[in-house]
Formats: sequence, structure tokens, C-alpha cells
Amino acid sequence: MVWQVLEGLSRESAKRLRFVPGIVCIDEGAACGLSPEARAKALAEMKLILQTVGFPWHVVALEEVFDLPPSVLRCFAQEPVGTEGAYKAAVDSFLQQQHVLGAEGAGDSPSLAQGEEQLSWPCTQDPQNPQSPDRPPTAAQTEALSRLFDSVKTLTAKEELLQALRTHLILHVARTHGYSKVMTGDSCTRLAIKLMTSLALGRGAFLAWDTGFSDERHGDVVVVRPMREHTLKEVAFYNHLFAVPSVFTPALDTKAPEKASIHRLMEAFMLRLQDQFPSTVSTVYRTSEKLVKAPRDGCAAGPPGPRCLLCMCALDIDTADSATAFGAQTPLHLSQTQPPTPPPTAPCCSAGMGRVQGCCGGARPCEREDPRARVIEQLCYGCRVNMKDLPSLDPLPPYILAEARLRSQRACIEQQIQEYLVEDSDDEAQTGES
Amino acid sequence: MPAPQCATCHKARAALRRPRSGRALCGACFCAAFEAEVLHTVVAGRLLPPGAVVAVGASGGKDSTVLAHVLQVLAPRLGISLRLVAVDEGIGGYRDAALAAVRRQAARWELPLTVVAYADLFGGWTMDAVARSTAGSGRSRACCTFCGVLRRRALEEGARLVGATHIVTGHNADDMAETVLMNFLRGDAARLARGGGLGSPGEGGALPRCRPLQLASQKEVVLYAHFRRLDYFSEECVYAPEAFRGHARHLLKLLEAARPSAVLDLVHSAERLALAPAARPPAPGACSRCGALASRALCQACALLDGLNRGRPRLAIGKGRRGLDEAGPPRDGEPERAPAPDAVPAF
Repeated sequence: MVWQVLEGLSRESAKRLRFVPGIVCIDEGAACGLSPEARAKALAEMKLILQTVGFPWHVVALEEVFDLPPSVLRCFAQEPVGTEGAYKAAVDSFLQQQHVLGAEGAGDSPSLAQGEEQLSWPCTQDPQNPQSPDRPPTAAQTEALSRLFDSVKTLTAKEELLQALRTHLILHVARTHGYSKVMTGDSCTRLAIKLMTSLALGRGAFLAWDTGFSDERHGDVVVVRPMREHTLKEVAFYNHLFAVPSVFTPALDTKAPEKASIHRLMEAFMLRLQDQFPSTVSTVYRTSEKLVKAPRDGCAAGPPGPRCLLCMCALDIDTADSATAFGAQTPLHLSQTQPPTPPPTAPCCSAGMGRVQGCCGGARPCEREDPRARVIEQLCYGCRVNMKDLPSLDPLPPYILAEARLRSQRACIEQQIQEYLVEDSDDEAQTGES
Repeated sequence: MPAPQCATCHKARAALRRPRSGRALCGACFCAAFEAEVLHTVVAGRLLPPGAVVAVGASGGKDSTVLAHVLQVLAPRLGISLRLVAVDEGIGGYRDAALAAVRRQAARWELPLTVVAYADLFGGWTMDAVARSTAGSGRSRACCTFCGVLRRRALEEGARLVGATHIVTGHNADDMAETVLMNFLRGDAARLARGGGLGSPGEGGALPRCRPLQLASQKEVVLYAHFRRLDYFSEECVYAPEAFRGHARHLLKLLEAARPSAVLDLVHSAERLALAPAARPPAPGACSRCGALASRALCQACALLDGLNRGRPRLAIGKGRRGLDEAGPPRDGEPERAPAPDAVPAF
């Protein structure tokens, strides 16, 4: 994909792309259990390729999630286009896939769209750049990361967690450097597999966001997938024909047995079925195009509901929903019978005095004093099922826990002052007065 | 190691662990819990109002046997009365044995039983005849496609014969999960848009249908049948190995092994699928030949039979419906209703 972008930006192309790209590469070696030497080697190879490409690049280690601020999990309104004068795009890199850094056969030095849009894009050698790649992550962070991933019981949950953390990190990098769009290199085959996997994980409500062309859940940064029409085979041929250099790094599930995780299962199944019924992948892809980003019964008339803490989709748990009421209750019930976590040192709602001033006084003390239950109730169905495989929430990066605390505090307070708020509509104001 | 105590009554020794939650229960408590859950499903979804005459689609297999038994237990509380309807598709060596099991059950529960046969309803076409007709073209026989459509029509007919107001079938959670997977793999957006709920409310004169066992996993159904010592017929249909559903079933088994809650997650996903309005099936009208519910001029059953009768069995399957005498989707005026349902014109 990077190569395609390169081609598109070059002076010779018929329709020139008009954006200023940068490349982000995430080093996930710690999560995959790679030794530091292997990581350094892979990093060196990547840097070589990135330098030939010529775009500004940022290499970020996954350990930096421990430094992220909680604002990563908030959804900002979209900024009007043109505040930066340009429409910048950051190109996301793909350590999870073994391809694409395209090469152009003609080998022209990529002449970027100079002068089209102004702007000095931040350079990696910029001393003010807090994420300078020359500073390797500290050993403590690496250890914290490996502890987090070791504490997850199943490979499926590990992969989902990795994806969530990766997304947050990329988002953060994009926001810090002022990029408004993130492009990922997901091909048609990968997206079809992702669709079926999401279905099996209980994320049926969010398929359009997970596998569609553009994903605007994060507000100001939009994730787009320009490669979604190309199958893996096409990409492989392209790379081969145009001598595209690529780096292979082992991912979380490399060499894992087929039954180890849902992702592996689905991948193996789809590829096997594709042999027998050659139209399988394209059929699933076409079906994914028919999905829309709306709640099923069109109940989006009301104000947007709360969003999931990890994946930032509107929550799809509906307690009034009769059909999976049992299913939705079971994971909640189970999570509350987990071994009791130590009581929080600073409970969000002290059940002591100060009823008037306290955040949750009166007859309804906040019942979510258990921090685990507090986090779980802010997650969507799919994320809740994943959390079941995480016995303790402590190893999670602090920004997630902080944001969870903040949200539940806010919900608590809102409940308290609900009756005093002046609502916009008349009927609500009347019921509020009761 | 001593066996654990039942988690509910704390008196009896636990005899099983529920697959979903892992709780240890004794046989009686498990059956009670199962029945309570089915009751909750029916009541919360308002599926079977009091006074309903419910036709139970009985095939002799474990799902319909358990369904009939549970509904019988719950009938006084729900205020419904039951009738058994069995469908004879004419599959030699399979259906006769299953029907024998249904007859035994009907005698045991003292419920009225009606058997409707394809041969009578559909102008002599049994499933064996259909299989012979579609065989030999180099492609798969698509038996399940025919059987599914015709069986639903037959059930509807049987239900009308006994004067029922609702139809219930024994589909369990595993069936729903397989259906979703299968529809996605085959790209059947129309079925995806239609399915996923608790059954259809019965538009356009069709009887309302529902699936009370929809949230029970297959393992629990089998466990219930075991503890209540129900007698059922457990062999697989003769045509099942060549069905596409087999792939979906295999995938589901693998998924369940990797993550036990996969079945429920799939059902949850299926309910919340949001498909584009263009992909949804058009509003249902009436079939121009038999008057049944149809999205196009001819209902699928009539279309399939038409193809069979003309010697071109695949006429109505897939996208090639151009050979049929359809006038296109029904417009505002109601197409006139044809006479009795079994009068399918033969060439």
C-alpha cells in the first residue's frame, strides 16, 4: 500500500493524490515474546525500507501504551477540514501481515507533492518529538507489557487486546502529529476473515465499522481501508512482480496450532472453503458491503448512547432485549463471581457521610464499588466476553482504568443531579420535577 | 473426589455441569431450570398468548421431542393447547422410522397427531423423487433447498388442518448460529435481514411461527432429553452429508471448542446485524397461484414445484428465475387468489 501511495503521489501519475502522508510502524515484539536482539534486527530492516520510501516515519513501541493519556478513549468531534491547510493522511504499517512496502519498477525517487499543500510535517529527527524512535522502551515497560499479555488466558483474547491497544496507540500518534486519517493495508481476504471472526466474537452490531471502508468511531481521526478490494493473492503477485521489499516479523499467532484461537480457526476455515468454493471470499466481501452503520431497528432517534471503553462503538447490550437476555446476564453474573479484587483504595463513591456533597449520597449509594464490574459494564458485548479471559484488570495500562473510573464517576454524578437538570423538552422537565 | 452438591437445591448430588455456566446441578434442578428458561423466552417475547392452539412441528428428533415435552409441561401455565404435526417428506429408510417414533410419542403424551405427506400436497413429488430429478447435472443436488421450503409449506398446511393459531419448531441455539454462518458464507443478504429474531409474527395470512428453544444450546437439549428419559429418533437425514450446512456445522464445532460461548455470541451478533435497506427482501404479498405469503409473484414453493414439473428443477434456485411465468414483484393491486393450495398445474 505504501508503494501505491508513492505511485499515486508521484508527478507522473494521471490522478495525483493530494495528501501528505507519514508512516507509522508499531513494534510489537514485546507482546509476541521476541527477544530484544530479534526486535532490534527487525527494526533495523524496517528502518532501511522506510528510509528508501522517503516519507516521514515514526516507529513506536507497543510499550508506549503505558504512557497514553485517557483522552485517547474519548471521541472528539471531527475538526473541520482545512484547519491545517492540508488533508494529511498517516499510513499505518502492518507488522501483523508480512507484506507490502511496494516498490515502483521505474524506481524514480519519489517526488512528493511539494508545494501543493504547505506544511512541514514533523520529522522523526525532530528533537521535540516525544516519541523519538531512538529512545528504546524501558525494561519496566516491556516487563509490564509481557505481564499483561501473559495474564490473558486465551489466544483469542490476546489478539483482541493487542488490536485494541494497537488502535489506541495509532490514534494517539495520529492525533499528536496532526493527522486526520489513518490508512490501513487490510486486503479483501483479511477483511472477509475479520468479518467472520467478528461475527463469532459477538460483534455483529459493529461489522460495518470493523470492515467497512471508513471507520469514524473515533471522531476526529478516520480509519480508511483503501486496499479492501484486492485479494491477498493479488497483493502477493504485485509484490513479486514489482520487487517490493517486505519485512516479516512473527506475530502473536505465528506457529500457533489451528485450534488455538478463533482468528486462526476462521482463517484456516475460510481458506479451505475458498479452495472448494472459489467465490467464498468475494461473496463474504460483497455481503459486508451491504452492511450499514445503524442500529438494527432504527432506534438511533435518541441521543447517542454510551460508548464501549475499548472499541469505542455504541454499546449494544440491551437489557430489555428478550432474546439474549440470558446470554447477556451470564457473563455479567460470572464476572461478579470472580475472586474478589481488593477493594479500591479511593472508591469512586465513598459510602460515608457528606450525602449532599458526596458524589453519590442518599438512598442510592453507587453499587459499582467493585472496579472490575465498573469496567465491565462500560464494555460492549464482544469486549465483555474477551474480558472474561482476563482474570485481573490490574496489568491493564493505566489510561484504560483511569478513563473507566472517570466515566463511572460521571455517570454517578449525573444520576444524582438528574432531577435538578433543566431538560430541553417539556415533558422531560415535568417528569424531572417529580 | 466426592461429587459436588447441586448448586440449586444443595441436597442432591450433582449429576451434570451446565455447558454454558459450568454450574453443577442435579437432574431435577436442571430440568426445572431448563423449563423456566423456555417459559421466560415465551413470556418475555409474548410468543404464545393464552388460548392459542399451537401446532408443534414434530419430526421425531431430539429437538422437537424436547420441545413438545416442555410445552406440555408448561401448557397449563401458559393456557395453550397442543397439536402434533408431523411431515412425511418421503425419504425412504429414514422418515418411516422417524414417524414411528412420533407415533409412539403421540400415544405416550396423548396428543392428537396429524401427518401431512409431500406426496399428497405437492402432486406426487417426494424428496426421493426430487433427488432423482436434480441428480446427475454435475452440481450438487440441493435437496435441503427443496426440502426446507416444501416442509414449511407442509407445516403450514398441517397447522391449518388442525385449526392451529401458532406454529412452533424446535430450532435450538446451535441451529441459529449455523444458519447465520451459512448465510454469510453464501452471501444470502435477504435471509440475514429476515432472520435473527424470535420467529415471524405472521404477516399476510401466514400463521405466526416461533422457536421457543432458540436460546438453549444443543448440549442442553440432549441433556434434558436424557434426564427426562425421552424416546426419540437420532439418526441423520440421508441427504445431510452433501448439504452446505455441514460446513457451517463443522465450523461451529471448532469455534465452540475454542471458545464455549461462541454459539451465544453468534446468536447475539445475528440479532444485531444491520443490513442496507436495498438488501432486505421486498414487502410480502401473496402468491398468485396458491395465495400464500410471497415476496414475489410466485411463492418459493410454487416456484420450486414449477421447476420440477417442467423438468428443469433448478429453475427457481439461485438467481435464474427468469424462466418462470412471473409477472414481476406484486404491485399495489392484489393479485387474484387462485383456488385450493394443492392445485399445482402440471405440464
